[in-house]
Amino acid sequence: MKKKISFPQMGNYYIVAKYLFEHILDAEIMTPPKITSKTIEIGSKHSPDFVCTPFKYTLGTMIESLEKGANVLFQAGGGCRYGYYSELQEEILKELGYEFTYINFVSEGENDLKKIYHYLKQIDPHFKIRKGLYYLFIASKMVKYMDKIDDYIRLNIGFEIKKNSFQNLNQKMLKEFSKARGYFHLRRIYHQYKKKFRKIEIQKPKHPLKVGIIGELYTVMEPFSNYYLEIEMARYGIEIKRYTNVHYLLFEKGKKIKKYLKYAREYIHYKMGSDAADNIARTKYLCEQKYDGIIHIKSSFCTPEIGAMPIINKICKEYDMPIIFFSFDSSTSEVGIKTRCEAFYDMIEMRKKHERLLSRN
Amino acid sequence: MDKIKIGIPRSMYYYYYKDLWINLLKQLGFEIIISPKTNKQIMNLGNQYAYDEMCLSLKNYIGHVAYLQGKCDYILVPRIDNFGSDNQTCTNFLATFDIIHNLFEENLLNYNIDYNHHETELKGFIHLLKPFGISKKEIVTTYLEVKEKIKVQQKNEVRTNLKKLNSLNIKILIVGHPYNVYDDYIGKPIIKILKQLQTEIIYSNLFNPKIAQEESKKISKTLYWKYSKEIIGCIPRIIGKIDGIIFLSTFPCGLDSLVNELAIRKLKLPTLNLVIDDMDSLTGFETRLESFVDVVRERKKQKNEEKN
Repeated sequence: MKKKISFPQMGNYYIVAKYLFEHILDAEIMTPPKITSKTIEIGSKHSPDFVCTPFKYTLGTMIESLEKGANVLFQAGGGCRYGYYSELQEEILKELGYEFTYINFVSEGENDLKKIYHYLKQIDPHFKIRKGLYYLFIASKMVKYMDKIDDYIRLNIGFEIKKNSFQNLNQKMLKEFSKARGYFHLRRIYHQYKKKFRKIEIQKPKHPLKVGIIGELYTVMEPFSNYYLEIEMARYGIEIKRYTNVHYLLFEKGKKIKKYLKYAREYIHYKMGSDAADNIARTKYLCEQKYDGIIHIKSSFCTPEIGAMPIINKICKEYDMPIIFFSFDSSTSEVGIKTRCEAFYDMIEMRKKHERLLSRN
Repeated sequence: MDKIKIGIPRSMYYYYYKDLWINLLKQLGFEIIISPKTNKQIMNLGNQYAYDEMCLSLKNYIGHVAYLQGKCDYILVPRIDNFGSDNQTCTNFLATFDIIHNLFEENLLNYNIDYNHHETELKGFIHLLKPFGISKKEIVTTYLEVKEKIKVQQKNEVRTNLKKLNSLNIKILIVGHPYNVYDDYIGKPIIKILKQLQTEIIYSNLFNPKIAQEESKKISKTLYWKYSKEIIGCIPRIIGKIDGIIFLSTFPCGLDSLVNELAIRKLKLPTLNLVIDDMDSLTGFETRLESFVDVVRERKKQKNEEKN
């Protein structure tokens, strides 16, 4: 039986994962089905009651890909209870009667390279470590380029003249990325598209509203799980700044966390699990950079972020900074979120106008 | 000179370290103030200061700290990160200090346990107590002395707990974190109901932790939380001797939501998953516990008849 691999989905990063596994393993790689409201419905049906929402999303995606014929599933993670998802998910799926191999890249809550090598060898006996490392390098660069472009898009998408021009071009770029022949080819594509993105016409005022988005990593990065909140906000004509992305989590977090702790020393002394300490330091940074507002996103029951919330709130009070907290669950209503977004936008816009009037006098 | 007063909140960490703290600090010449047993007033204080999404145990802790406000010179709030990378703790255990630090303006005493970064318990105490003018030698000797004493005490507790397994009554194992099971607001009412139903209660945390750690692998291979391992690890060894298991957790406990679910799926005994959010009314719990005990009792009867 030919092996068909699938994995949980998060944002556009499935392209990178697919690219990587396609090149290093002799197996069919399945694009995980797109997350819909049905995915989350299936996921929450089989999940424990008060587990955090990413568990439900990933479980839903896994069930959907198993239905479509996948027989090898990948899961990875670490940090908080994300590292422990896999064992329970495997148990749930086996009880549902699916037959598959479940590959769990996690040991003791951290990703372990030796174990990963061992597993990959199991799937494909011809797996070569040198080839694996080369494509891993390309994949890491791809993540970096994607995140850089994403940052640019977030700053400008609210001011585009032709609707959807940014998103369409991004889709085109990702398609080309997935066909890259090697590192230099990938780099060439990136630079080409960087120029193209710069050429997209925008109409940006001199001092636009600026909003920073912080929060729990999965809900921030998977647009479906936050009901496309980022784009929704940007459409009001707002510059969006977001720090959490895969490149940050994989390559920068280790270095930056010490700086962050030093920077926010009056509020926190230690790491608080997952991204909580990072978010607190970012809150202070956003306040000092005179942003117009902060949006905090998390899935419900995310313990580290709940711990961070009182501290974030305290900082915002000290700097007189508007902040809004969103907690997403499978049953959150989309209309409610839109209303709250609108109200938040109205409020920060009014504040800005008021400030301008004051400074003119 | 008056003795320095150190306040200890009777919640979370207290149930793991009470003997160590009380003995050590008393011998080194501090006065200790422990907050009273949890009652309605403390819970209300907790709800007032805490965020509504926090778990009940953390709200409880915050309530105890709020009670101690202004009643002592320092409040002891440790931070426990890990005991090696396969012995981590709940996220709340690493965040509590910073949360308390931001919510209250009291003087806090803090030590950090982080074995991955070579921060051991003894080192923590030395850092903590040196500023009070106590010599390193004195701290180390008292610490070791107290540790030795606690070991003997723990052995006795384990022995009495094991003796209960020979009882002829219905034996029910309570799996839950000690700070929930022994708390007067969260766990004690449940235990009281169970005792009224004439059952023998066996506590999951009163077993040899080293053996429990090893045995927990039979239930979950990748589990990496120290405290979860220790309470779940006793199950494989005593499963033949008990009649039912009650999983006691607070809403929304991050670890228990996953670990208990996995254990319930793997065990073939009557289990009850009690998630506690509010203890204002006990009627619901009474009904559930009664029916559970009935099921267990019937099952035992049938088994005995089959044997005869």
